[in-house]
Amino acid sequence: MTPLSIAFLPLTDSAPLIVARERGFAEAEDIALSLMRDTSWATARDRLVYGQVQCAHMLAPLAVAVTLGLSQASCPIAAPFKLNDNGNALTLSAELAAALDPDRRARVQDPIATAHDFAAAIGLHRRKPIIGIVHRFSSHALMLRYWLAYAGVDPDRDVTLRVLPPSLMVQALSLGEIDGFIAGEPWSSVAVAEGIGEIAAAGVNIWQRGVEKVLATRADWAEANGETLGRLLRALDRAAAWCDDPANHEELAALLARPDHVGQPAELILHALSGRMPLTQGGEIAALPNFLLFHHGAANFPWRSQALWIYSQFVRWRMVAPGPENERAAAGVFRSDLYRSALAGRGVAMPGASMKVEGALATPLAAASHEGSLTLAPDRFFDGLAFDPQDVEGYLRGLHAT
Amino acid sequence: MRIAIIDDSGLRATILEEGLRDAGFDEIEVVPAHGAFVARLERMAPDVVLINLGNANRDSLEEMLAVSRALARPIAMFVDQSDDGMIGAAIDAGVSAYVVDGLRKDRVKPVLELAIRRFNAFSKLQTELAAARTELAERKTLDRAKAILMRNRGLAEPEAYALLRTTAMKQGRRIVEVAEALITAADLFGDER
Repeated sequence: MTPLSIAFLPLTDSAPLIVARERGFAEAEDIALSLMRDTSWATARDRLVYGQVQCAHMLAPLAVAVTLGLSQASCPIAAPFKLNDNGNALTLSAELAAALDPDRRARVQDPIATAHDFAAAIGLHRRKPIIGIVHRFSSHALMLRYWLAYAGVDPDRDVTLRVLPPSLMVQALSLGEIDGFIAGEPWSSVAVAEGIGEIAAAGVNIWQRGVEKVLATRADWAEANGETLGRLLRALDRAAAWCDDPANHEELAALLARPDHVGQPAELILHALSGRMPLTQGGEIAALPNFLLFHHGAANFPWRSQALWIYSQFVRWRMVAPGPENERAAAGVFRSDLYRSALAGRGVAMPGASMKVEGALATPLAAASHEGSLTLAPDRFFDGLAFDPQDVEGYLRGLHAT
Repeated sequence: MRIAIIDDSGLRATILEEGLRDAGFDEIEVVPAHGAFVARLERMAPDVVLINLGNANRDSLEEMLAVSRALARPIAMFVDQSDDGMIGAAIDAGVSAYVVDGLRKDRVKPVLELAIRRFNAFSKLQTELAAARTELAERKTLDRAKAILMRNRGLAEPEAYALLRTTAMKQGRRIVEVAEALITAADLFGDER
């Protein structure tokens, strides 16, 4: 058996990694998987970059940022497999949420109206709202910025974004250190269950197919260990399919609830899996069927266009200098080539292309697939804009004009 | 050189601070990692920040280092990214360091080396402490099991011990496991000590 260590954070979307080990999918590929739980992304990143683990559960934008050297010296990262799509929620204190639509379901289901309401609420709040984000290079932060900017809010000026690890968000909200947070599950559900927050927006309603966590390895490790990586990806593909099956959700929730995994009650973890999210303590439940996706519709396929969307947002928020070199390096983080070589010929739906226009599909579309049948799910952004990966500059001009 | 220490373990922070003072560094501040620790760091404007690798607040710290205007110069992780051996040793020891840009490598190196040594010494101490605790607990278990045998079978202490030992040998188990099984069984039979 090949020993492999993977660093992860206690989040519901670590599920494919945990299931790969606990349900024997890794073992079936002759991999002895050990999982190392961390509390901060910085620690998982360091363990990966300096070789203490071979792979890590990682925020997709962080994988791009590490490759571009945005927070420290550059280390090329390969992301050959997306662990999930979607899964985030914005949770606000009751005080801040009071300025939004009193119909809580409407808030979540109409992100356009809620963005405008939020913009208006900023001036009414007793202080500039402090919103917790898990990392500057997180999908959540990029999504929050995207959503706020739509309503004319400058996220660097009109609100304070404060970085906190996901597991400390609930405490910070209850102490009044922050007025809301955007994070992965189960942390919004925990805040709601404890009666200290209300869910005001769901990632799935901001971008129907939002890129979220990836399996990250060092690019040089991926090159040198192609065969091992291939086996790991096959194990993860089967594990992700298992996670997506509603018949397994109760068992999955119980597995994740274990103290060495996520360590939160199974019934709270189940909310995101079932797509039925209570928005307040004992209150309305919003039906969000694709709140968190692990497998179907080629969710694991690392579209290079999604890495480029991340890059476009880095440029937009002046986190990176625009340029062809950075653009190429960013696109190269998502390794659709490694995904293909690991999973081709195994009945896994395999897109014919490695890039697509993001946000262009309003209805499901049967797509060209080398094998299996592939239906691409609707992937629209809430504002109706589409991202053409061939024209990042034009896309950014369009965003500024709105 | 101003050094800030942030550590989940107050004891380890003290051990590290002592070591640094002994080595002649005197501008050292131990900053508890909660509440307004970021503001405190900004006021202190350290040249080096030492923080335990697994600290939950590292993302917050890095954000502060990325955006802070209070720090005149940017801070990068570790002494020198090319020094992979030292970084590996630091990560294995469980310590991470952020160093203000431009600080000479030969000035920072002894600080990090000392931190690595102290972190390693601390975890050795922890391991020894845990071993001592286990030993103490096992001795107590053994004493209870012996007492049960002495009372219920009228054995003297050496005989009780010999019986536990031969049973363990026959079953291929550790003597403390046999003792635990005996105590559990005695509890089930309602034997009150």
